[in-house]
Formats: sequence, structure tokens, C-alpha cells
Amino acid sequence: MLDLQGYGWMLGKGLEMTLMVGFCALAVTILMGMLGAWGKLSSSPLARGAANTYTTIVRGVPELLLILLVYYGTPTLIQSVAERFGHDIIIDVNSFVTGVFTIGFIYGAFATEVFRGAILAVPKGQIEAAQAYGMPRLLVVRRVLMPQVWRFALPGLGNVWMVLIKATALISVIQLPELVRNAGIAAGSTRMPFTFFFATALIFLGITIVSMLLQQRLENWANRGIRRN
Amino acid sequence: MNSSSPFLELILDIPIGLWEASLFVWEKLPDMLEGMVLTLELTIFSLLIGFMFSIPIALLRLSKNPLLWMPAYGYILFFRGTPLLVQLFLVYYGSGQFVAELKSFGLWTFFREAYFCAIFTLALNTAAYTAEILRGAIQAVPHGEVEAAQACGMRGTLLYRRIILPKAFRMALQAYSNEVVFLFQATSLVSIISLMDLTGVSRVIVARTFAIYEIYIAAGILYLIISYGILYIFKKVEHRWSGHLRQRDDDTVKEASMTAGMH
Repeated sequence: MLDLQGYGWMLGKGLEMTLMVGFCALAVTILMGMLGAWGKLSSSPLARGAANTYTTIVRGVPELLLILLVYYGTPTLIQSVAERFGHDIIIDVNSFVTGVFTIGFIYGAFATEVFRGAILAVPKGQIEAAQAYGMPRLLVVRRVLMPQVWRFALPGLGNVWMVLIKATALISVIQLPELVRNAGIAAGSTRMPFTFFFATALIFLGITIVSMLLQQRLENWANRGIRRN
Repeated sequence: MNSSSPFLELILDIPIGLWEASLFVWEKLPDMLEGMVLTLELTIFSLLIGFMFSIPIALLRLSKNPLLWMPAYGYILFFRGTPLLVQLFLVYYGSGQFVAELKSFGLWTFFREAYFCAIFTLALNTAAYTAEILRGAIQAVPHGEVEAAQACGMRGTLLYRRIILPKAFRMALQAYSNEVVFLFQATSLVSIISLMDLTGVSRVIVARTFAIYEIYIAAGILYLIISYGILYIFKKVEHRWSGHLRQRDDDTVKEASMTAGMH
């Protein structure tokens, strides 16, 4: 049964790719989220405007459309710009890189809200106390802000991760051999679409359940120094 | 041509390019709006069906009997824990594995159509998310209100119909508005199973004309407008439904007293 008519390994390979895309996209998401939160809380109106535009657009447009736009749009854009400068180049965009960056870009908008909330949740008095000790700004961020921001952001980031890993299924549209695409190929050649897509669903369910358990442990660990009432 | 700077040319070309792009999009807009009609149709039908299913699922989920809450929990976990795209494939392509069985039940005409598969899947999906939202809201109904209703002699269905569900719906509204927007955007996935919704129409136009940016950005703007329109409507409804909870506006009080004094 686990062999799935000799196509079980394809799902294994697909799972590997899905997790790779997921982890890389999570890294981009966290970076974009921190950048966005910094922009939203910045005193510069330009940074605030940029961050607000970013979250507004991403939350109003379907992920699939953004993936199509980046995947098919980027090479055309680069080629037409290069053409103007007299270069004739052909660009082949890597679907892995596109997928990672598009998904990271999309979920970065959600992480922006998570980090913004987490930064605001750190009591202001602690930052003032650190400044009173004469800590420079970066040191305040590193020693006082960040250790607590992680703790406050963890539940929100966990949710973002669980939505993100499911969104990697959309990358199958741009031909990346991840779980769903491989399942589709296997389903096509064995004529057992239900079996393979059901197996795929169960694998995703497994990822979700493991993530939920890990998140719980991580939160317990992050809150280890906090007294509960 | 060679003497002028390519940078300058690029800058000068931008407004012309934008104008040409708008003309092109204007020409394709009727087709895209037709796609938008299908998008909205799918959204509304799946929301209505999903909402009807979500209430019993939420109630089952809250039951103390494990025979009742465990299936509901499994349902919610499955639909929230797997990608919508996989669910869509499971229904649309997966049903092909059981043609003979489905035919014998007379269901094949239903599962053969991408349109019905899409509504079926989207409805099941949103039912799971909505049930979870409702569960949270029902649990958040203040116990005192339930007790007061019980003291008045309300039980079972009457208690739910008059006290618990209206209160829960209002509390769930904020979260539900997000779910509606998510579902509206999720309908774009149906373009993958060959339906001509806004994304599907856009993909066909792009495949024919290579106007990637013009069309996808225009489609994105259309989605953006409707998404924020939905949120705006929900905000209005929430404002209306929670009128009795708001403190009276100071200005209206002042105005009222002033006009009263003038007479």
C-alpha cells in the first residue's frame, strides 16, 4: 500500500521539495515581516506608506495571481529592460526561486502584522530603562526587544507557517516538482487520482499536526521564564 | 536614436506605455468582468452552502458525546489542515477513479462538471473554517446570559435560536469577514480546473497576447477592490449590529440638546 504502485518515492521526493520551499519561504517571510513591521512603526512617512501599501496589496490580491505575475512577469520585465539597452538576453526563471520569493513576499505581509503586534506588546518602560542605562539603539533591540518579540510573535508565526506550507501547493502551477505536482504526475500514469491526492492530503495533514505539536512545545519553551497566573 | 540616452527614452516611454496599457485593458475589460461574475457566483454559492453546514458542525463539535464531536473535529482538522488545491483535485480528478460507482448512484453528472466540483469543495472548505469560528464565538457567549434565558424557561432549540446563536453571530462577524475575503480570493484556484473565473479569463488573455503585466495587474486591482469592498460592507453591518453596545456619540447628544434649547 505504501508503495503506491511504485510511485510512492515520487511523493517522498515531492515532500522533500515542499518542505524545502516551505523552510526557505519561511525565512523570506520572517525577513519581510521584520522589515514590514519596522516600516509600519517607523517615524518616516515614506517607510510607513511603503509598508502599508505592501500589506494592503498582498491582502487584497489572490496568491495564485501574484505567483503567476512574478513567475511569468519577471523574465519579460528584465528582457524588455535589457532590450532597451541593446542587450538581447533570454532569462529562464527558476521556479524554485520564484516560488520561495513569491510565497515569502505574500506571507511576509501577514508576518508584518504579527511582528508589529509583538513589538508593541513589549512594555515601553523596559525600553526606556535600557536607554537610561545608556544602551545604544541596536543593543536595546538585541538585548531587550528581540528576545521578547520572539515570544510574543510565536503563536502568530506558527499560524503563518501552517498557512504558508499549504500555500506551497500553488507552486505546482509553475511546474515545480513538489508534492502536489508529483502526485498529479503519478495520478496521471496510474489512473488512480483519488489515491494519490488523498495520500497527498494525508501528508499535508501530517505536516500540520506535527507543526501544531512543535508550536506548542516551542511556546512552552519560550514562556519558560514567565509565571502564569 | 543612438545619440539620445536610453535612460531618457525609458522615462519618456513610461506615460505612453501606461496609456497604451490602459487602452488595452479597457478593450479586454468586458471579458474580465464576465470572469468576475463567475468568481462572485462561486463565492456566494459556496458561502451560503458552507454557512448552512457550519452551524450543525460547530454544534456537533461542542457536544460532550465523543461519537458526535470526534467526527466534527476530524472534518474540521482535515479541511483546515490540507491545501484547498489538493481538496479541489481530490474532488475533481479523484472522482474519476469512481466513475462506475458514481454513475450507479446517478452522481456522475454532478462530479463531471468542474463548476459543481468547485462549489462543492469550496463549500466544504469554508464550512470547516466557519464552524471553527462559530465554535469560538458560541463558547464566548457569556454564561450569565445563558443562565438568565434558562431561568426564563428557555431550553434547547429556543435557547440557541433566541440567545446563543444571535450573540455568537455578532461576535463571529469580525473573523467571518476575513474568512469571506479568503474564500473570495481562494476561488481563483478554480482556474486550475479549467473554469473561466477572473483568474482563468486573465490567464487565457495572457496566453494569447503575452500582455502579462497589463492583464494580471488589472485583475489584481479588480480583486483588491472587491476584497476591500467586502470588508467595508462587513464593517457597516458590524456597526449596525452593535449599535446598542456603543456609547452615544457626544456630538449627537450635544446637537440634540442644542436644537432642544432653540425651541
